[in-house]
Amino acid sequence: MDQPLLSVRNLVTRFRTARGTLTAVDNVSFDVNAGETVAIVGESGSGKSVTALSILRLIPDPPGHIESGQILFEGKDLLKLSEAEIRDVRGDRIAMIFQEPMSSLNPSLTVGMQVGEPVNIHRKLPWKAALEKARELLGMVRMSDTASRVSAYPHQFSGGMRQRAMIAMALACEPKLIIADEPTTALDVTVQAQILDLLKDLAQRTNSALVLITHDLGVVARYADRVVVMYGGRVVESAPAAELYARPRHPYTQGLMASVPRLDGNTSERLVPIEGSPPDLARLPPGCAFAPRCRHASALCLSAPPPLREIHPLHQVACVLES
Amino acid sequence: MSDPLLRVDDLKVHFPVYKGVVLKTQVATVHAVDGVSFTLDRGETLGLVGESGCGKSTTGLAVLRMLEPTSGRIEFEGQDITHYSKAQMRPLRQRLQMVYQDPFGSLNPRMKVSDIIGEPLVVHGKADDKAAYKDRIAELMRTVGLLPDMADRYPHEFSGGQRQRIGIARALALEPSLIICDEPVSALDVSIQAQVVNVLQELQERMGLAYLFIAHDLAVVRYLSHRVAVMYLGRIVEIARRDDLYREPLHPYTQALLSAVPVADPAVEKTRARIVVQGEVPSALRPPPGCRFHTRCPHTMPQCRTDDPPLRDLGDGRAVACHLHVSHVAQGTPVRIPVAAAA
Repeated sequence: MDQPLLSVRNLVTRFRTARGTLTAVDNVSFDVNAGETVAIVGESGSGKSVTALSILRLIPDPPGHIESGQILFEGKDLLKLSEAEIRDVRGDRIAMIFQEPMSSLNPSLTVGMQVGEPVNIHRKLPWKAALEKARELLGMVRMSDTASRVSAYPHQFSGGMRQRAMIAMALACEPKLIIADEPTTALDVTVQAQILDLLKDLAQRTNSALVLITHDLGVVARYADRVVVMYGGRVVESAPAAELYARPRHPYTQGLMASVPRLDGNTSERLVPIEGSPPDLARLPPGCAFAPRCRHASALCLSAPPPLREIHPLHQVACVLES
Repeated sequence: MSDPLLRVDDLKVHFPVYKGVVLKTQVATVHAVDGVSFTLDRGETLGLVGESGCGKSTTGLAVLRMLEPTSGRIEFEGQDITHYSKAQMRPLRQRLQMVYQDPFGSLNPRMKVSDIIGEPLVVHGKADDKAAYKDRIAELMRTVGLLPDMADRYPHEFSGGQRQRIGIARALALEPSLIICDEPVSALDVSIQAQVVNVLQELQERMGLAYLFIAHDLAVVRYLSHRVAVMYLGRIVEIARRDDLYREPLHPYTQALLSAVPVADPAVEKTRARIVVQGEVPSALRPPPGCRFHTRCPHTMPQCRTDDPPLRDLGDGRAVACHLHVSHVAQGTPVRIPVAAAA
């Protein structure tokens, strides 16, 4: 097989805080192939967003720091690029869509200027042409009346429209990789469906790969080709979506599946929660981070974190039960 | 049949919008809740679902009388509380409690957990016997699955799920008959949500509580509710028994809403028919004329643009506000439009 488009290898990102150093991303590795949609799933504090930010080197340093690892994108290690070189990648080859469309748009610039900015910067298109391109992009994200929308300000847009503008901006330079960090969490469910359908459709049409960061297992089921499950800063399981839902192997993944209320679930049975709470990243146990909540935990789990092992082609699990 | 615990009849809550400071003039009205009727029996859960701005939380606050209703009638335990004063409401507050969405903002960070849970008892003069008071707090903590030896800790020492349990224990302190839960699990992580959902279910079974469960998450609502009311722009557009609503949603908005929620199973997702509605919810400042959903509805007919469909009883505890159903019911055969959600 060809080389993956993106290959994250042994990434470690730490934050220095008043409570000590916490390892938000601990030895994370995964691949994204051209054109595929990979979901990174996890709860708050699992390290999924920090992983995404680390790929584009958007971690504020200090307090954060990418300690080690490699982020190979189109054969180059993004961690070795200079600040100017990584700026050329951002918004051009790799684009990012954030959760909160209001705070990630500049309130004092027109939407057209923000959507047109990537082509102005990366493609050196003069502003007149860039604004024309912005109008075209807004049409592509199915906004009506694009001529007046380019000169409108973000506050004049609804939440869904702002997120469409963000998508238009992300697609401006036809990136090979789009990273979307909880792109619809702030939106209502009918609008969420519109936005994710649009994003998936446009990514497919431009043959861009999509990394979708989410906590919603339903969204993953609907849109992802492959899934990376994170817990306590580490990857605990990774598999093609159909395989993961049919045969979850890590006790955490199994627990998540059983605890999620489903529209088609059996309501006469109780949900099965995962007892306890997610781990404190500043005080991670030396062994498996999930061990304190795991029904199968044994002495084996407490000494060192279990490595991610391939149990089937493409299906990896980090659990001593699988060794 | 006995009277329902709660009866809400044509409830309206409008908020005036003013312009100017000195010469304040009302320039518009937000029709937050605009003619909502439902009943709730003892020991029952009614799910109130809808997207942001549909008026579900405002309805809850009006029932609690934390907001003054513009018109309509609210009856609780047989009393018309619509225009009760604060003093009149006070004895009723013991029977009518609330659990909030944000487990961080709804607990005073400077109070110990025992004081938070015990405050309703103190306020209502039920804390005179110190030993009994302490026992009661310990019992309440055990009821919601917290260890009584955590009583002297402060809220920041607890996780989100535990804090939500503290909020529930506080609501239980005075043995209410109705708890209004406003998005009680939406701020919690998935693995924790199920813990709180189960606590709420167990308490209902044990204590015969009724819940008005306000939420946007249709999957969570399904696990907890006996009946579900779907709201859109200040109105109930459909109300039905839980299984009827999820198996066969009748209002096009309910269909779209259910269709929009992904099921956590790729195999099921592949087979589901999708109804995607266009656009977003219009402003409650100027709700569209006719049916409020007509601007986004895939079935809009000329009539829908002008005539506002009433919430029409279809029998079996089911009511729908849609011309597709009204016109045919009159002839005795309700037409059922295709179902979106997987059974």
